[in-house]
Amino acid sequence: MYKIVRKEVLNQAVVLMEVEAPYVAFRCEAGQFLIARIGEDGERIPLTIADYDREKNTITIVFQTLGYSTKKMAELEVGDSFTDFVGPLGTPAPFHDDWKRIIGVAGGVGTAPLYCQLKELHRRGVECDVIIGGRSAEFVILVDLFKEICKNVYIMTDDGTLGDKGVVTKKLEELINAGEKYDHVITIGPLIMMKFVVQLTKQHDIPTSVSLNPIMIDGTGMCGGCRVTIDGQTKFACVDGPDFDGFKVDFDECMKRQGFFKQEEHECNLGLS
Amino acid sequence: MPNMSMTKVPMREQEPDVRNKNFEEVALGYTEEMAVEEASRCLNCKHKPCMTGCPVNVPIPGFIEAVVAKDFDKAYEIITSENALPAICGRVCPQEKQCESKCVRGIKGEPVSIGRIERFVADYHMAKGESVKPVTEKNGHKVAVVGSGPAGITCAGELAKRGYEVTIFEALHKAGGVLSYGIPEFRLPKALVAKELENITGLGVTIETNVVVGKSVTVDDLFDRGFEAIFLGTGAGLPSFLRIPGENLLGVYSANEFLTRVNLMKAYKKGEVPTPIKIGKRVAVVGAGNVAMDAARTAKRLGAEEVYIVYRRGEEEVPARAEEVHHAKEEGIIFRLLNNPVKILGDENGYVCGMEVVKQELGEPDASGRRSPKPIEGSNYVLDVETVVIAIGQSPNPLIRQTTEGLECGKRGTITVDEETEQTTREHVYAGGDAVTGAATVILAMGAGKKAAQSIDESFK
Repeated sequence: MYKIVRKEVLNQAVVLMEVEAPYVAFRCEAGQFLIARIGEDGERIPLTIADYDREKNTITIVFQTLGYSTKKMAELEVGDSFTDFVGPLGTPAPFHDDWKRIIGVAGGVGTAPLYCQLKELHRRGVECDVIIGGRSAEFVILVDLFKEICKNVYIMTDDGTLGDKGVVTKKLEELINAGEKYDHVITIGPLIMMKFVVQLTKQHDIPTSVSLNPIMIDGTGMCGGCRVTIDGQTKFACVDGPDFDGFKVDFDECMKRQGFFKQEEHECNLGLS
Repeated sequence: MPNMSMTKVPMREQEPDVRNKNFEEVALGYTEEMAVEEASRCLNCKHKPCMTGCPVNVPIPGFIEAVVAKDFDKAYEIITSENALPAICGRVCPQEKQCESKCVRGIKGEPVSIGRIERFVADYHMAKGESVKPVTEKNGHKVAVVGSGPAGITCAGELAKRGYEVTIFEALHKAGGVLSYGIPEFRLPKALVAKELENITGLGVTIETNVVVGKSVTVDDLFDRGFEAIFLGTGAGLPSFLRIPGENLLGVYSANEFLTRVNLMKAYKKGEVPTPIKIGKRVAVVGAGNVAMDAARTAKRLGAEEVYIVYRRGEEEVPARAEEVHHAKEEGIIFRLLNNPVKILGDENGYVCGMEVVKQELGEPDASGRRSPKPIEGSNYVLDVETVVIAIGQSPNPLIRQTTEGLECGKRGTITVDEETEQTTREHVYAGGDAVTGAATVILAMGAGKKAAQSIDESFK
């Protein structure tokens, strides 16, 4: 069993858990994901790794309570266990040795997997800045952790309750226009946010990677449900990704595919208060 | 005196119009009387032609003779001396291409229904509820088996019987491989798969689920952890797509995704489980193998009104088991043979609204002897469907070959082995089943698992 050793409720919709999972912790790298499941007939939920500790054999996950299964997961407490917890899946984030200075752009729950990537880049001596976005102050997460590894931490909220008011691309544009130079941008968050980040960085020709989290079942290349179009070619996000060159991703198709089971998810949630 | 009836004793089945609305098993099996009656059609030929058609060499006339004598325990013992999963093989083997194709009774009339008798014997034994006993005398050697499908469990079972300490690593949360995620409940009840797996763990085999070899651990990690030999029975899990426009539209599934949602994740229990399946009123399944038949019949059971099998070749070339094709037709599946998909059409929101198909005609036989189909120009038409399931085959998963140095593979990603020993190009690493052959049958995978177990055993002597 995969025991929960730490739980933090980051805000009303987002929970952090540190989970014992020796097989995942043994070889995982930043950028990879795992699949968690609770209960006999539970759904397989893919989650990008937020942190790992090889000595303690633990993995940290941060998830948003969106549907039936994530709400059930959020009810678990320290000492409880996941029924299944399998990984690491996908390929590690494609870091380049010649990066000197990069910026991460995160939105909502995507902030957590971005932390894992920037932590590793920081360890490798890359100078990192970050822009963290959220609806309001409450939804901006993990700021203190980023302060330990980033030179500049910029915060953007829709309502201006923390940091500057506006979307993350507003801050990114300001920085670029002010002459800040970055070798690379890593953006993780809602598809619509990543799409706009990429639109901006494309104009300024700054290579940008994105992390996709499409609907999938097995996470090992078996179902093909996670297919995405990259540079006109069909790829499986679970084995070819989840990180891709943002310039090549067909975001509009991703967004449509993400919504395929909306009605079913709604029906599934009716039973929950 | 043998029973000289020209035809098989018919199998009891659920009525087509009833069963195409439920997920219960279609074929209900022989009664004791029926099994004995059918078994007495066997001529007990001296040269045993049926056995030459069996990939695992089950002593067929021997077990049938025991059935005639109503000694069903002995019959079970004879079958399981060579075949660890008789309840499964009795249900899913393509007998008409194997044992039954060699049966002398088949020359004039129908062959002896070896599969149905095998199934009866296995079910009879299972109903008694006897459990196997672990081998107490261990030989001190540790073997890892990767994948818990037919190849892996057969290999593991054979090794455990010989005293090896065997651990099976399974990537999914549930063991059984294709028996669990692929073949539907109505053809192979999952309770039965669970019982066959209990027989394997009962022998002392450990099954570790949620370990993706190639990701969680590599083959080399397994050697580091003390395993002395490794069997790769990782199957053919990577779905092929048609590479035609519209394949990423909403409502296009690979057969793997479609069947996994229903079988492994139990999406057919709508409202009771959180994994959804969405299906249109009209469904096209592309392909005509067993997986295609399973997908089409599943779609019907999920409530689709019109379900089509769309296949680019003709009737003769249909690769599915004869019984599955027969059952599918009875259940109202519409066959559009010599029809090749050209394009999947979508509405303004990206949902499938049709599939453009071109009719085909058969040309001259090609190198393989099969008449290859050619499109008939101008014969294109649109099949109005909201769901498309692609069931045109699977290839082996690349995760292990990408992370194992020295493991040679063929062009289609199949692992290269010595046919006699199932040994790969890496020392102490063996492979078998679909991972080696590409998508094939349960019984061939079992045969390979068994052969590999023998080779592994010999390597320690």
